[in-house]
Amino acid sequence: MKLLPVFIFFIILQSCSDKKGKTKISGITSEVALTENLQVKKQDFNAKKIISINFEEFEKNYFQKENDSVYIINFWATWCKPCVEELPAFEKIASDYAGEKVKVLLVSLDFPDKIKGQVIPFIKKNKIQSEVVLLDDADANGWIPKVSPEWSGAIPATVIYKKDKRKFYEQSFTFEKLETELKTFL
Amino acid sequence: MKTIKILSSLAFALIAITAFNSCKNEQKKNLEEVAINENDDANNISPDSEISVIGYKIGDEATDFKLKDVNGKMVSLSDYPDAKGFIVIFTCNTCPFAVASEERIVALDKEFKSKGYPVIAINPNNPEVQEDDTYELMQQKAKEAGFTFPYLYDESQSIYAKYGATKTPHVYLLQKEDGSNIVKYIGAIDDNVRNASAVKEQFLANAVNELLEGKQISVKETKAIGCSVKQ
Repeated sequence: MKLLPVFIFFIILQSCSDKKGKTKISGITSEVALTENLQVKKQDFNAKKIISINFEEFEKNYFQKENDSVYIINFWATWCKPCVEELPAFEKIASDYAGEKVKVLLVSLDFPDKIKGQVIPFIKKNKIQSEVVLLDDADANGWIPKVSPEWSGAIPATVIYKKDKRKFYEQSFTFEKLETELKTFL
Repeated sequence: MKTIKILSSLAFALIAITAFNSCKNEQKKNLEEVAINENDDANNISPDSEISVIGYKIGDEATDFKLKDVNGKMVSLSDYPDAKGFIVIFTCNTCPFAVASEERIVALDKEFKSKGYPVIAINPNNPEVQEDDTYELMQQKAKEAGFTFPYLYDESQSIYAKYGATKTPHVYLLQKEDGSNIVKYIGAIDDNVRNASAVKEQFLANAVNELLEGKQISVKETKAIGCSVKQ
């Protein structure tokens, strides 16, 4: 009987450390889950075929679609740490919403001479499934305001649009935040 | 005997509750940390957007500062009584756009220091977020890249926020007017960060030359891709 409080005390401590343990692991499991998801989803994006486009081509082919899909366009680069950290969120959105009219496009702003040495290896290593294009257009002062007048030029930056409705975000996304924004377009 | 039993039970209960509470606190702390980290990752969703609102516009008076350069000396704009103005550039050690601009920044200092517009470079990044941007690596960078200008460490990360710099490199051209430093140009060095030899418009150099000639600056603000400031 005397031992009961001691017992309770230990149980509480135990439950506490359990919870802490779990929080730590959950970060890892979600990553694992994400990788699994990506492996399951075998959309054949061939990393060898990254196309380089200038802004005019980008605008025409990706930025003014008139169909009823939602386009999530993320500006990133392999050297941009916060960009790389948020890519799993975009990949998960693409995979979770694969059945709906949602398309994710990753617009790399890596230097063109880094495609072979850096961008393609990165895409392969991280099993990136979303379409990647390289925006090779030096006149950033000319095209940054066309993406959005609000954009300072810092990356990561994201545009979500559907027909005429569009929103610009100069920020990083978690999956939850991205999903919340996406839902305002669905 | 019974009282002792009850008392000891109570004591244990108390300990248990304390333990439980401290555990809860820890969890709360963890949550807070996560929240802070998220903000960091978010590259400062709210702070950044606030900054872009409070940052300087053309015509604003820029604040002076007292920041440590790579030689351990504290540097302020007021240390340059003879300067006509300043080319303040927020830059860092490894951002590819900053690296691609290094030679151009050195050349700008060479050209304009003697004309009264010295370059002052400031690293705004938090080395805990961007491990390549420690003070020690700044010293190394300044040496290797042959910086002829002060390369300052915005340790408290307060100066870049006041200026409203969101990325590296991010240029603020200041002109002294009645003892104040007035913002005359904000943006990029030129129209081709990636390739100096393909530059067509030297925005910053043009702006300084216009100031030197007593003219109005024709292009006051420009945009360029850069690495977001790491808070």
